[in-house]
Amino acid sequence: MIQADLNTLLPEIVLAVYAMLALIGAVYTGKDKTAPLILWATAGLFVILAAWIGFAGEGTQTAFGGAFIDDAFSRFAKVMILLSAAAILLLSQDFMTRQDLLRFEYPILVALAVVGMMMMVSAGDLMALYMGLELQSLSLYVVAALRRDSVRSTEAGLKYFVLGALSSGMLLYGASLVYGYAGTTLFSGIVTTASDGPISLGLLFGLVFVFAGLAFKVSAAPFHMWTPDVYEGSPTPITAFFATAPKVAAMALFARVAHDAFGGATADWTQIVAFLSVASMFLGAIAAIGQRDIKRLMAYSSIAHMGFALMGLAAGTAEGVQAMLIYMAIYVTMNIGTFAFILSMEKDGQPVTDIDSLQMYSKVQPGRALAMLILLFSLAGIPPMVGFFGKFYVLKAAVDAGMVWLAVAGVIASVIGAFYYLRIIYFMYFGEERDALDGSITPVAWVLLMGSAAVMLVGVINLFGIEGLAMAAAGSLVN
Amino acid sequence: MIGLEHYLTVAAALFVIGIFGIFVNRKNVIIILMSIELMLLAVNINLVAFSSFLGDLVGQVFTLFVLTVAAAEAAIGLAILVCFFRNRGTIAVEDVNVMKG
Repeated sequence: MIQADLNTLLPEIVLAVYAMLALIGAVYTGKDKTAPLILWATAGLFVILAAWIGFAGEGTQTAFGGAFIDDAFSRFAKVMILLSAAAILLLSQDFMTRQDLLRFEYPILVALAVVGMMMMVSAGDLMALYMGLELQSLSLYVVAALRRDSVRSTEAGLKYFVLGALSSGMLLYGASLVYGYAGTTLFSGIVTTASDGPISLGLLFGLVFVFAGLAFKVSAAPFHMWTPDVYEGSPTPITAFFATAPKVAAMALFARVAHDAFGGATADWTQIVAFLSVASMFLGAIAAIGQRDIKRLMAYSSIAHMGFALMGLAAGTAEGVQAMLIYMAIYVTMNIGTFAFILSMEKDGQPVTDIDSLQMYSKVQPGRALAMLILLFSLAGIPPMVGFFGKFYVLKAAVDAGMVWLAVAGVIASVIGAFYYLRIIYFMYFGEERDALDGSITPVAWVLLMGSAAVMLVGVINLFGIEGLAMAAAGSLVN
Repeated sequence: MIGLEHYLTVAAALFVIGIFGIFVNRKNVIIILMSIELMLLAVNINLVAFSSFLGDLVGQVFTLFVLTVAAAEAAIGLAILVCFFRNRGTIAVEDVNVMKG
């Protein structure tokens, strides 16, 4: 019995044990001298685990009385989380070394955050959900404040901590109400109570609090206040990490709770999610216009993208979940490439984040500027690029679910949002001549930048078959 | 006779005080940490009350998890706060403003 449970959990156990052993090993041996080794080992382990989960996983297994679920949906999300975390780790090595930030704790904290994320997407119980979420959040608070001697980084950590703890508190209060009114913490138990006639007032209150807490974690408006400051203050590779893996995990957890625990009360939560979606899309599109700092701009961009992903969830159908998963996969790929570019923005060895510094960048580095152009077009959702298809899928899911107004709002928001992406392109190609940036790019970052730009072009053919995988994943969640 | 609703009312009151403590407080960050603890304790009262009312132990198990995580959370919050204090020399809420959000 316990044997089978532990077998289901094996990838998480391997990663957690690895993180603890690496911590002990590094403390007893070379401390920060071992950091590059641990960084590469962690990234390698992520890739191995992703391959293991992706190829060996089959069917649906539950462990520990339903508290942990291993199904096609969780495997899809886990592969995305592991691969993007590995890419970001490798991307960060050079930057962290030059900024004297490459401490051995960094890859270990990322590994622990990834364990938390894997627990989140597999959660089948409110307790498992909470433990996974906290393991992820606590690790992320610490990495946000990794640059201990900088006011900005510690302030980012502090703000993230306070608002993250507030959101955990709200989520937990909701969880306690759900437990009280459903009589169980298991999602499979809650869903039977919730689909039993009209949902009780207490359960509805619990649902609203839980969704508010989750909206904080995916940084959906009106719960987005922490995002721009945390993105701006944290060291750039860590911002890149925040923009990718935790977003996938939080969004997958959102879908898990919405469908697994409240699948019978779809009519009650689609309205909430649709509101979050519209608010995020417009806030992300409009507030980014005034930003001159590219990291803050990416923060608002990620808020807008979360709005689009939530639109898929708001549809409340399997097709909607499929659209959401495709959207997240495309979003993560685009963001890895974009941050590889942002990490190479340097002048005289100092990182630069002002978008004005990109003026006429195409003259200095035509290759990199072209790759960034493709990525920005894709982020804006302009047709030949893959980013357009992500938007197309969520809009189609919303229309098919009878939410035409939501789709119309999405199209308007994406037109407004295109402005600030296109402005960067304008600066790079038609700006004024000025002292150009002189940062070099590491081979890893170059491969990731060019690779993700190439994916945005080549993926148009069949999206690399991700559509079918996402459909299978959505089918295992919604039934 | 004290029933479930009394416990829920106390918990709701504590939870609201906790939220107000975070938003209304303009003094220092330690008070925010205390408010967060207050919110988590309100949740614990809720869970234990429901657990006893339903005759189901799961709620009390949940409470133990919450208590443990709250301790870890407070430790990390204080650690970040100490780093912030070293750089900024103050922990007043209005001085946490290098970046405008």
